[in-house]
Amino acid sequence: MTRYVIRRFLGMIAVMFTVVTIVFVIVRVAPGDPAAVMLGPDATAADIATLREKLGLDRPLILQYLYFLGQLLRGDLGQSIFLNMPVLSALAERAEPTFFLTLFSILIASAIALPVGILAAYKRGSLFDQVATTLAMLAASIPSFWLGLIFIQVFAVRFSWFPVSGYGGPDASFIVRLSHLILPATTLGIVSSALITRFTRASMLDVLNDDYVRTARSKGMGEFQVVMKHAFKNALIPVLTVIGLTAALLVSGAVVTETVFSLPGVGNLVVSAVLRRDYPVIQGALLVIAALYVLINFVIDMLYLVVDPRVRY
Amino acid sequence: MAVTSSPAIAGRPGLVSLVFQRKSLLIGLVVLGAITVFAVLAPLIAPYAPNRLSVVNRLQPPSGRWWFGTDEFGRDIFSRTIYAGQLSLLVGAAATLLAAAIGITLGLVAGFFRKADGIVARIIDAMMAFPDILLAISLVAALGPSLATVIVALGIVYAPRLARIVRASTLIIRELPYIEAARALGVPTWRIMLRHVLRNLVSPILVQATFIFAYAMLAEASLSFLGVGVSPEVPTWGTMIAAGRQYVGSADWMTLFPGIAIVLAVLSLQLVGDGLRDLLDPRLRKDL
Repeated sequence: MTRYVIRRFLGMIAVMFTVVTIVFVIVRVAPGDPAAVMLGPDATAADIATLREKLGLDRPLILQYLYFLGQLLRGDLGQSIFLNMPVLSALAERAEPTFFLTLFSILIASAIALPVGILAAYKRGSLFDQVATTLAMLAASIPSFWLGLIFIQVFAVRFSWFPVSGYGGPDASFIVRLSHLILPATTLGIVSSALITRFTRASMLDVLNDDYVRTARSKGMGEFQVVMKHAFKNALIPVLTVIGLTAALLVSGAVVTETVFSLPGVGNLVVSAVLRRDYPVIQGALLVIAALYVLINFVIDMLYLVVDPRVRY
Repeated sequence: MAVTSSPAIAGRPGLVSLVFQRKSLLIGLVVLGAITVFAVLAPLIAPYAPNRLSVVNRLQPPSGRWWFGTDEFGRDIFSRTIYAGQLSLLVGAAATLLAAAIGITLGLVAGFFRKADGIVARIIDAMMAFPDILLAISLVAALGPSLATVIVALGIVYAPRLARIVRASTLIIRELPYIEAARALGVPTWRIMLRHVLRNLVSPILVQATFIFAYAMLAEASLSFLGVGVSPEVPTWGTMIAAGRQYVGSADWMTLFPGIAIVLAVLSLQLVGDGLRDLLDPRLRKDL
């Protein structure tokens, strides 16, 4: 088991290292001079030279790479060109709305997907199953920004139940902020419930015909207990994996949803950084989010060791 | 005991009857076919040119004259929606082809050559760690926004999905006796890879490519919506929805119809992908 943990940990470090290299390459493949692109067409040659020096772009590529790695090891993600502050601080400042948006989205997605997936598998082939499977496919086909706009039209503009956009200003209470998060979190939750529903259904179907489920039934156990205590408990592991990875990937959905609802989160920061060619911010956001994904993946694998004795080899 | 031959043995059902047996595949193909016909024949079907301005008719609601209404410049939304289909389908198809070219090559090389596998597998894992939209907008930011860049970015973003499938299958096929036999006969490696390995991977590749087509169309719409994809003047479903954003509550039709078009296109591709998975390889069938 210790060997497995060490091997998995080293594998994670290797993937992280590759992630860092890919991010470095993406920013350096920019055609032309990134400094010139960042400063725009009105920049003078002297301005461009100063920025090149500031970003270290005047050094050989290999030195730039080593410097980049050194910076990262010190926890330094560089300096934002337009915000004039460290990238890490810019990301940290915007982390709260994104964190809560992701958290509430995953809660809403699970609240929809788990019961629907379990019941669809239990009633396989029934009308409920067919409707649930079709709706899950439909949810996966809806662009989150379009669903968000429909929600704004209906629930914010027509019924005025929720605020149209924003995060309630810097002094807003948590309740006010929460009211700003309901529509975006529901939008993302519905869209991401599709994958979790399909996985829950598939995972339940795998276990519902297993011997131990039949044994539980033959003991005279009630159906609810059979399904929830025996079947669902065993079907939960792959489902938890999908929920974990969906949470990491939700950041992608947050990029679009935060723009629709003008939420001042990390996604919004990335979009404005892309529009302003603020490469250090793009680079930092990519690194942090990808690292988070790799880390969540690793944690899920380690949780397997705890919950599933078969993995402890 | 008399042996009665089953219809399946007496004669294999043709492709058309197999398609007709799968209702969802049939619906998917019909909807996708209709969207493609509308997009390709847009110049013949569209009642107005997509960029024809008519300021006096701005923000008209749907009616007998303007089926889907008009936008803030008086342009006909129905005409723009079907013209936008051309670009969305083009971007989806081109990105899928590029993803297939990169993904299949990487997957085959990684699966076939042990020495390359370590590096390529790690790159695939690392690429999969980036959320698709985030990686796509970063690539577009690096390469500069244009139609070609969006295609290249989406091709790169979705290539690892195919590479992973091709690599996993190649690792299994590589060990099969007929590959050993081909090697013993002196068949060149590239020929074994193309004729003996790749040919057996057509089904999973086709199924995955259909899903990538759907994801790429969704991603293109998202990029256009965010303003980091194609130019806002070019009619795509994403740019149309982005333009309608300012008129939410007053001219809802501006966002409604292009959105329905995206949903129909993506849904039909998912139905086709699911149906193909059942049709081409029953072993791949998962109750997903």
